[in-house]
Amino acid sequence: MSFFKVEKLGIRFGGVVAVDDVSFEVKRGEVYTIIGPNGAGKTTIFNLIGLIYPASAGRIVFEDKDLTGLAQHRVAELGIARTFQNIELFEHATVLQNLLIGRHRHRRTSLWEELLFTGSVRRAEIAQREAVEKVIDLLDLAHYRDSMVAGLPYGVRKVIELGRALASEPKLLLLDEPSSGLNPEETDEMAFWIEDIKKGLGITVLMVEHDMNLVSRVSDRVLALSEGRVIAEGTPAEVQSHPAVIEAYLGGAAVSAAA
Amino acid sequence: MRFLFKTDYDQDIRLFKHSGQVFWYSLLVAVLLAVPYLLDEYLMSQMHFVLIYSIVGLGLMLLVGFTGQISLGHAAFLAVGAYTEALMQARGIPFFISLPSAALFAAALGLIVGLPALRLKGIYLAIATLAFNVIVEEVITRWESLTGGNSGRHLKAIELFGIKLDTDASFYYLCLGLTIVSIVALMNLLRSPTGRAFVAIRDSEISASCMGVNLATYKTLSFAISAALTGIGGALYAHKVTFISPEQFTLLQSIELVTIVILGGVGSIHGAVLGAAFLIVLPQLIAVAKDYLPSNVAGSGLQAVVFGLVLISFIVFEPLGLYGRWLKVRTWFELFPFYRKGMFRRQKSYMKSERLR
Repeated sequence: MSFFKVEKLGIRFGGVVAVDDVSFEVKRGEVYTIIGPNGAGKTTIFNLIGLIYPASAGRIVFEDKDLTGLAQHRVAELGIARTFQNIELFEHATVLQNLLIGRHRHRRTSLWEELLFTGSVRRAEIAQREAVEKVIDLLDLAHYRDSMVAGLPYGVRKVIELGRALASEPKLLLLDEPSSGLNPEETDEMAFWIEDIKKGLGITVLMVEHDMNLVSRVSDRVLALSEGRVIAEGTPAEVQSHPAVIEAYLGGAAVSAAA
Repeated sequence: MRFLFKTDYDQDIRLFKHSGQVFWYSLLVAVLLAVPYLLDEYLMSQMHFVLIYSIVGLGLMLLVGFTGQISLGHAAFLAVGAYTEALMQARGIPFFISLPSAALFAAALGLIVGLPALRLKGIYLAIATLAFNVIVEEVITRWESLTGGNSGRHLKAIELFGIKLDTDASFYYLCLGLTIVSIVALMNLLRSPTGRAFVAIRDSEISASCMGVNLATYKTLSFAISAALTGIGGALYAHKVTFISPEQFTLLQSIELVTIVILGGVGSIHGAVLGAAFLIVLPQLIAVAKDYLPSNVAGSGLQAVVFGLVLISFIVFEPLGLYGRWLKVRTWFELFPFYRKGMFRRQKSYMKSERLR
């Protein structure tokens, strides 16, 4: 049984083929990174996995279950959580509330119990907070716990988004450019957390990233895309030195000049 | 300034955050209980309206303020509640059945109206709900055999378990009880997973969905609960005015209801009640002011003009509404002399992804 597999995935927007015949497999417990120049289709693959766009071709298989054709919210229920490149937090809610929404898939109470706020709801709420507190501790968010998200600095929001995804206790975590907009220290912290998430929490990470330092530090395997197609796959070092990858980033002339 | 040191998760969850709140809200309830002994008949009547509009305001606040869905058709739910109550009372159905029926019937209609909300947003949803309002108004006018058309319907006083609630005080206590129950139920909802899902939908549909919130279910649910509260408000309204006819449930009424939410402060329960109070008090103030104005200014259009001006100035100068204003005043006193301008300003300075919309 494969953990997570994308088979011959494709999508076209009008005449533009954004993702074309992309296949890869993520093994349980690894950090798998997708790299590629701007417009290579990395985020589009994430949006296809999240069923935000319907795939024009191919299959997405998670723990032997085909995701394509499911309702959007089912993806999270199956245990796939994601972050966004351009931060999509709940602005007018506190950090705690944001993380608690991350636990939406673990809710067990019915509407009538909630309207009356019965003992079972109270116990469930306390249990949810206990789970969220672990994430707050891990990501060092205690200071911001009860502050409104609107008004918090960018770096903190990035971490809150990671926290919200972790709060859902996912099996597979999709990180869309976790280091974008972060300074070197913050990127360094992010690298530690990704390692913690993999080793400490045992969550598989599928990541899109541009910062090659971060990529080679945390990734087990790397997939390189260009113009919607796979051009290389392998360890970070293999992919970085792959001629097709160098060509995609620097152009054909650079390759011949280097040779 | 009060600092809360949390040592227990229950401090996050409970309704009263500290002993000060317990004191002030108990005092408020005590004063409200004493109101029938303090006010004259006319002011009592205004208090009835404040409470009824509070219930409706709470319903609309859930939808607009907490789920982020606009509705310009809530007068229709008010009408459904009012007519359900009127028709059931005419058939001798007791109040403790007819009131929940009014809520349920409005909720069922809310579910139906909620369906277009799955595809429509913002101004388009406003137009769809506006159309719904017009349809309901038209149906009530034309279906004379059921609703009496333009000649309307009369209601008798409420009879609850054999007791006639025909005095001002008894009707007031009924309204007060229902208002408090509505507030507590709404607060309970907002501190549990369903309420958080509503807020999530308001702030970012895309990430709500990615966190496993079923947008279709929760949007329609929000419409249904909102309509149910408005239906209860409608039933009480019918008893208050004792005569209902289609022209009480027009688009203008819907806009007044939205005014409650915006004046009170979008996204706060206090706001719904404050907004309702303001909506009732403002016409009184205008009536008083009319005596001092030249007769050509104090025409019948004055009220509409003042309402419009107040609405626009709130949107421009105080988007947080009356409750936001109160928070600012309170903070000013608490921090004196260190309050600074812009403490309540929240910015959305970071680029939101447009591609996913």
